[in-house]
Amino acid sequence: MPSIDQSRIRNFCIIAHIDHGKSTLADRIIEQTGLLTSREMQAQVLDNMDLERERGITIKAQAVRTVYRARDGQEYIFNLIDTPGHVDFNYEVSRSLAACDGAILVVDAAQGIEAQTLANVYLALEHDLEVFPVINKIDLPSAQPQRVIEEIEDVIGLEAQDAPLISAKNGINIDQVLECIVKKIPAPSGSPDNPLQALIFDSLYDSYKGVIVFCRIMEGTVRKGTQIRMMATGAKAEVVEVGYFGAGQFIPCQELSAGMVGYLTASIKNVKDTAVGDTVTDDRRPCEKPLPGYKKVNSMVFCGMYPADGAKYPDLRDALEKLQLNDASLRYEPETSVALGFGFRCGFLGLLHLEIIQERLEREYGLDLVTTAPGVIYKVHRTSGEVMDLTNPSNLPDPTEIACMEEPIVSAQIMVTSEFIGPIMELCQERRGRYLGMEYIEENRALLRYELPLNEIIYDFFDALKSRSRGYASFDYDLKGYEESRLVKLDILINHEEVDALSFIVHADSAYDRGRRMCEKLKDEIPRHLFEIPIQAAVNGKIIARETVKAMRKDVLAKCYGGDITRKKKLLEKQKEGKKRMRQIGSVEVPQKAFMSVLKLDDRK
Amino acid sequence: MDCEEKLMEIYLHIPFCVRKCLYCDFLSGPADKKTQEAYLGALLGELSGRSGEYAGRKVCSVFIGGGTPSAVDAVWIRRLMEAVRAFYALQEGAEVTLEVNPGTVTGESLALYAGAGINRLSIGLQSAWDSELALLGRIHDRARFEETYRLAREAGFSNINVDLMSALPGQSPESWRGTLRYVTGLTPPPEHISAYSLILEEGTPFYEMYRRGELEPADEDTDREMYEFTGAYLEAQGYRRYEISNYAREGFCCRHNVGYWIRRDYAGFGIGAASLISNVRFSNGRDLEAYCRDPLGVREQVQRLSQKDQREEFMFLGLRLTEGVSERCFAAQFGRELEAVYGDVIEKFVGEGLLEWSGEEPPGGGGRFLRLTARGLDLSNYVMAGFLR
Repeated sequence: MPSIDQSRIRNFCIIAHIDHGKSTLADRIIEQTGLLTSREMQAQVLDNMDLERERGITIKAQAVRTVYRARDGQEYIFNLIDTPGHVDFNYEVSRSLAACDGAILVVDAAQGIEAQTLANVYLALEHDLEVFPVINKIDLPSAQPQRVIEEIEDVIGLEAQDAPLISAKNGINIDQVLECIVKKIPAPSGSPDNPLQALIFDSLYDSYKGVIVFCRIMEGTVRKGTQIRMMATGAKAEVVEVGYFGAGQFIPCQELSAGMVGYLTASIKNVKDTAVGDTVTDDRRPCEKPLPGYKKVNSMVFCGMYPADGAKYPDLRDALEKLQLNDASLRYEPETSVALGFGFRCGFLGLLHLEIIQERLEREYGLDLVTTAPGVIYKVHRTSGEVMDLTNPSNLPDPTEIACMEEPIVSAQIMVTSEFIGPIMELCQERRGRYLGMEYIEENRALLRYELPLNEIIYDFFDALKSRSRGYASFDYDLKGYEESRLVKLDILINHEEVDALSFIVHADSAYDRGRRMCEKLKDEIPRHLFEIPIQAAVNGKIIARETVKAMRKDVLAKCYGGDITRKKKLLEKQKEGKKRMRQIGSVEVPQKAFMSVLKLDDRK
Repeated sequence: MDCEEKLMEIYLHIPFCVRKCLYCDFLSGPADKKTQEAYLGALLGELSGRSGEYAGRKVCSVFIGGGTPSAVDAVWIRRLMEAVRAFYALQEGAEVTLEVNPGTVTGESLALYAGAGINRLSIGLQSAWDSELALLGRIHDRARFEETYRLAREAGFSNINVDLMSALPGQSPESWRGTLRYVTGLTPPPEHISAYSLILEEGTPFYEMYRRGELEPADEDTDREMYEFTGAYLEAQGYRRYEISNYAREGFCCRHNVGYWIRRDYAGFGIGAASLISNVRFSNGRDLEAYCRDPLGVREQVQRLSQKDQREEFMFLGLRLTEGVSERCFAAQFGRELEAVYGDVIEKFVGEGLLEWSGEEPPGGGGRFLRLTARGLDLSNYVMAGFLR
């Protein structure tokens, strides 16, 4: 490949609120730059994991390189870096942005600015990216481009009068976007002769090549044979291959130099060695200091994952090991539950991340899982002065040994139309939110600012928000820190036996209500047995709620004729099968889904 | 219970009735005379066409069920029985049952049935109260039943079953007690009583009404109260409960039904009819037209039972009989001791008070039987499911 003129490279990303058309615009850009024919285009080329396509969201950052012949007659290389769109992956977003020189802000012509739009724009501006807006979905009957343009100018302060008015779906005015990329996004800088300084913005494990590191070269040049070093993790390796991103494929090349985006492989065995945000340098001629912004990613949400069939424990371990090769933010360690047997306590970036991992385990690895209620990390100050991080409620020390407890707090921004301000404030109140303020973005839309305990929003807050605003509210948050809080462990006793897998940490004031609803829920989930089964909720050994599963008294298939025998056997087999999906707790058989029922307590849904 | 072989039973299905009841999920419905005759002709064809398959077997019982077999011209019952006798070795003294419903028989038709060799009648009464009969969508009332019953006795039938149904929507325990008292007060009282709890089956109008909230099924406690009363009351009236839902005077157990529970071979004729022959289960298809075109060409769902299947059936079917399953028969059939195969399950249920041993070891007695306790009868599904591995 001939050396590339830096002035003809454009490294950019697309930022948008979910569903505003980011992936569709990416597809159109790839299509219209002619790298691929329409026939080769699979819908949404960038989202190459099945799950991403199904959910319509981007989980891992991806990149693609295309060639655009501009109206000035020159060919430009576009490196489009796709960013994850969900708050769980905020750090990954920030690293992807850092790999770019500019960003296209996509705003839905009907919906206008949303909470995530703002969060992402601010993030992009923090990284000194040149941001230009495009108004998408102008062909919708409800489109109000002029209103949205004004909103962008008023709220964000971006010049938007000449923003392209496009429909990514129907390919309207995409050419204007392409010209804007050339004109508005600056070319990269940096010298190919300086010591190597490259930013890792993603990595991928490949069973043949080892880890494939996605990087943006800031300074210097990397080629086959370069001895590289990751400055944060300290891992060293010799580069085997460098290249750039075709559509869905890796295309090897001679070298990557300052300003370019591409990949390198170096027989690295584990993605842990190639942390997102780390700086790659030449071990023999290192740069002076790493690029700013590297952060070790911490799990925010934890839950226990157990194989439904205890014998599948090794399979679950192998599957988690494989997933972790590709996902450095997934944490897991073995744990044992009295009720559920051997499993793992797993840590995730957020609930979406948890759900994705759970689905991949079930789908790709064919595992049937029992998942315990997700929780956050609490800080427990012992009377001894020691501070412990608590990820599993069962490990909570005896109350007499606890001086106090702290829980993580997030600052949240909620964008909502004025008619729903009331219900949303009520919701935040119920979730122990602290009101910080409200700003009107425009006449009938406001941005609410709250501080909320993370454990109140991890499971169903987003659903509740949507249902109480008829889908109009949008939400974004970041971790603020820890605060002292009156927390207790709520225990559930089934037939007088404490079930460790059902325990969870809850604020003292909600304990009674949660306990009562848990008991009601479990009463419905647990089938009748030969004996009566009390279900109790307890805090510090004191029973605060109780329900009873009545004893089974009659289970007869009275009517049965000769012709029914095959059918009768099927019924009995079904009954038997049902038993297999049960967990034995003492003498009580508890259905596996009961362990998840703690998640679904918001009866207002 | 004996472990007989080479005997078989015959079931003839007549899928016609005057009007389909609201709770009924059997393969039956009203049909015009032409359809009926085409079908009955085909049924005769199947009887004759299959006789070779069952050569060398003695037929110990015949059951003509439906539907309402008495809804078709009685001459056809005679023709069917003639075919059975002509093509099969019907044992001397075999039990020959016909299902009839009140309002579909006359003194004349009953005489014809008797002449055809029918020696047992099963009459669908269900309830002694006209309001409940109307709710069920039955075509008869109590007076009609009384007439049928009297005519049957006059025609010489000395082995009569009456079908009853408890746990009807809105039924009070008192009304159920009334039905039982009424039936046992008949002169002479029936030799056999079948008493079932109503089951709301998917696909029936009742089920739809229930789903729309128009029908309140009997609550558990009421159902339970009726069920308990049934057992106690009928035993006191001289009936022995020999199967989960069947009661009989001494010597009047339904041999045909017992055959199902002890896994005697049976051949079913007509649409949807099931068979068990030499440990193969199969049935005829349910399509009436296809059957009429080729009654020998609609056999389907052929399932060869493995040893394990057979053992499981032996247990869950055998346990329906209050006598239980014979340890000796099990060993004779499967070459393994009952407790060697199911020791853990038996121990569990015996421990829970749901199963018990009865009978005496030889030489003193005929060997031990494993049977459901009174509580086990109430929870029989739970116990039976335990025998499936």
